[in-house]
Amino acid sequence: MTEPLSFFQALWMGGLQGYLWVGFLLFIIGLMTVVLRRSFLLQFMGIELMLNAINIILLAFGKWHGGIPTASTFYLFIIGVAACEAAVGLALIVELYRLKSTTDADQHSGLRH
Amino acid sequence: MNSAILIPLIPFLGFALNGLVGHRLSRALSNFIACSAIASSFALSLVWFIRVLENPQHRFDLMIGQWIAVDYLQIPFAFVIDALSSIMLLVITGIGLLIHIYSIGYMHHEKATARFFAYLNLFVFFMTLLVMSSSLPLLFVGWEGVGLCSYLLIGYYFETEEAPRAGLKAFLYNRVGDVGVLLGMMILFLVFKTLTISDLLQQVSQRGVENYFGWLTFATLMLFLGCTGKSAQIPLYLWLPDAMAGPTPVSALIHAATMVTSGIYLVCRLAPLFVLAPHTLHLIAWIGVLTALFAATMALFQKDIKKVLAYSTVSQLGFMFLGLGVTGFSAGFFHVFTHAWFKALLFLGAGSVIVALHHEQDIFKMGGLRKKLPITFYTMLIGALCLMGFPGTSGFASKDEILYLTYLHSPMLWSLGVLAAVCTAFYTTRFMVLVFAGQPRDLNIFDHAHESPWWMTIPLILLSLGALVAVMFGWPEAFGGHNRIASWLQSAIHYAQSIQPEVHELHIGLAWKLAIITTVASLLSAGLAWKLYAEGLEWEQKFEKKCLHTYRILREKYYVDQAVQTLIINPFFRLGQVFWKLGDVILIDGIGVNLPGAVTHVMGDLGSHLQTGRLRNYTLLSLLGLLGLLVLLWSGRT
Repeated sequence: MTEPLSFFQALWMGGLQGYLWVGFLLFIIGLMTVVLRRSFLLQFMGIELMLNAINIILLAFGKWHGGIPTASTFYLFIIGVAACEAAVGLALIVELYRLKSTTDADQHSGLRH
Repeated sequence: MNSAILIPLIPFLGFALNGLVGHRLSRALSNFIACSAIASSFALSLVWFIRVLENPQHRFDLMIGQWIAVDYLQIPFAFVIDALSSIMLLVITGIGLLIHIYSIGYMHHEKATARFFAYLNLFVFFMTLLVMSSSLPLLFVGWEGVGLCSYLLIGYYFETEEAPRAGLKAFLYNRVGDVGVLLGMMILFLVFKTLTISDLLQQVSQRGVENYFGWLTFATLMLFLGCTGKSAQIPLYLWLPDAMAGPTPVSALIHAATMVTSGIYLVCRLAPLFVLAPHTLHLIAWIGVLTALFAATMALFQKDIKKVLAYSTVSQLGFMFLGLGVTGFSAGFFHVFTHAWFKALLFLGAGSVIVALHHEQDIFKMGGLRKKLPITFYTMLIGALCLMGFPGTSGFASKDEILYLTYLHSPMLWSLGVLAAVCTAFYTTRFMVLVFAGQPRDLNIFDHAHESPWWMTIPLILLSLGALVAVMFGWPEAFGGHNRIASWLQSAIHYAQSIQPEVHELHIGLAWKLAIITTVASLLSAGLAWKLYAEGLEWEQKFEKKCLHTYRILREKYYVDQAVQTLIINPFFRLGQVFWKLGDVILIDGIGVNLPGAVTHVMGDLGSHLQTGRLRNYTLLSLLGLLGLLVLLWSGRT
């Protein structure tokens, strides 16, 4: 087991760790978008970012394990499902907008006691 | 042979028809169903009466099936018809039939008559069940059933305020008595291991008289408590005057002729048992005479025509119990028989007056009605003469027999009984004079009076004939008669013939003397009442001014109702309120049910404030949770 590389080293060297870092950063950015931004649309984008961050990690591991096609195949399916999910999500956002004429997520706080 | 089962069954069918679909039938049809049910029941009773008459010693046991069979608790569903029950059946269905016919006229202006007739039929069903049953539990079914019908019929005018209240009162007073009957039955079962009346009385004949306070005395006392409830004796008589809130035919059938005499029937039925408990008999005699006297004085100054008759009924029931208490069972029962006729007659006559005056019951507003209501007057006159014991009437025969036997037992009791008879003569004359004689006191009412339709007058005429003929059954032997009813009842009452009652020697001279004393005193008091009230109300008003306290005490019935209200009902009510407020509201509802609910509610409320409904907060919290989890895992690894 070698010592973990630093961030820039990892990116520079183009190994597995570089991919992991990129995925990790994308995931954090997505998460922070969901937590900090108030617009549904931006939050939705954040969710998509997180999904894709995970996908990057999936593909990176797939390549690292001898380039087996399972991960790539799996990824294609995920893209398909994600497209459907995006359609559903956007439809929900449209409906929520019709309900209160705003896409501010904090205004849609009716699911309380 | 088994046609006897139809006697209760047909009225029950009538009840089912009228009760279930009566409101859809036409009035005439529902009347017809009710009356024909009782009529066929009456015809059967007549057949059975004649069959018993041919052989009065014989008892017909009619086994229908097993009702309860647990170990040695064997209760058959069986009927017994002997002299006692056949006479009762005749009275119930005979007078019941006349009252049904009368009700067609009386209830003509009411709306829901199908309901009324259904209840009446149900009453006849339960009453015949009561007198025919061969075991105490089956008798108790009838006993409770007639109580239920009494409740339903008293409260027939349920839109008014006092009728449902009076019904409830009657029901509750009877419950107190019924506890006594149940206790008595249980003790008898413990002692004799059977509740079938014939087995019970067979075993009774093997026991000696109980001169101490033992099980038998206790059992009979408890049974007698039930009788005081059902037959309106001290201390449970208070419901009967209030029961007059029901329709008048109901008062005549249930609260004068039949149901209230079921207590006397029970004692007669178990006579050998009561003979073994002289203490109980002594108490019965005293309660009887005191009730007779007090109720008679209460009737003296009543204003309501039905109230006069109600107190009179209580008083006459007291006479019956006096007869039973001095072991004159057949004499007491003969009074049941005669009283049923003339008191039903008086009540129906009063009902006829009430209808004629458009539901006016105040005798102070009547007067001079003799010409307007001739049939009602003459029939009621017969009833009144019977009630006051005019020589030669049926009331005279039965009352005199009781008083004669009482004198043999104790002159003290006899003198009280005579006093009650004197009061009876006074109030009877008073209300008859106030209603029918003199000048009309309220012309408005008087002018609109009219004789009742023949639906009502024909039963009156038949009942007055019955009241006159009833004397044939038991004219006392001292006056050259033949007391048929006593010889019929001999075997039914003294059952296993091993216990003979005290043999009353017949002192003809003494009987004449006593009868003359009673009659003269009664007639004097009746004459006095006639003289005082012939002019109208002046004497009573003068008396009221002069003896305000006496008058008020009598008018307010010795304030017994008020005393019971303050001493028993109100404390119980308060106790109930305490239990309600403390036990139910605070303990069970509060601490038991609402407190856990409230705690849960408050905790939920507090917890619900964590919910903001904002997606971002939830996401952040999940993130923090995830981080916390990771930290835990991390720290766990090293």
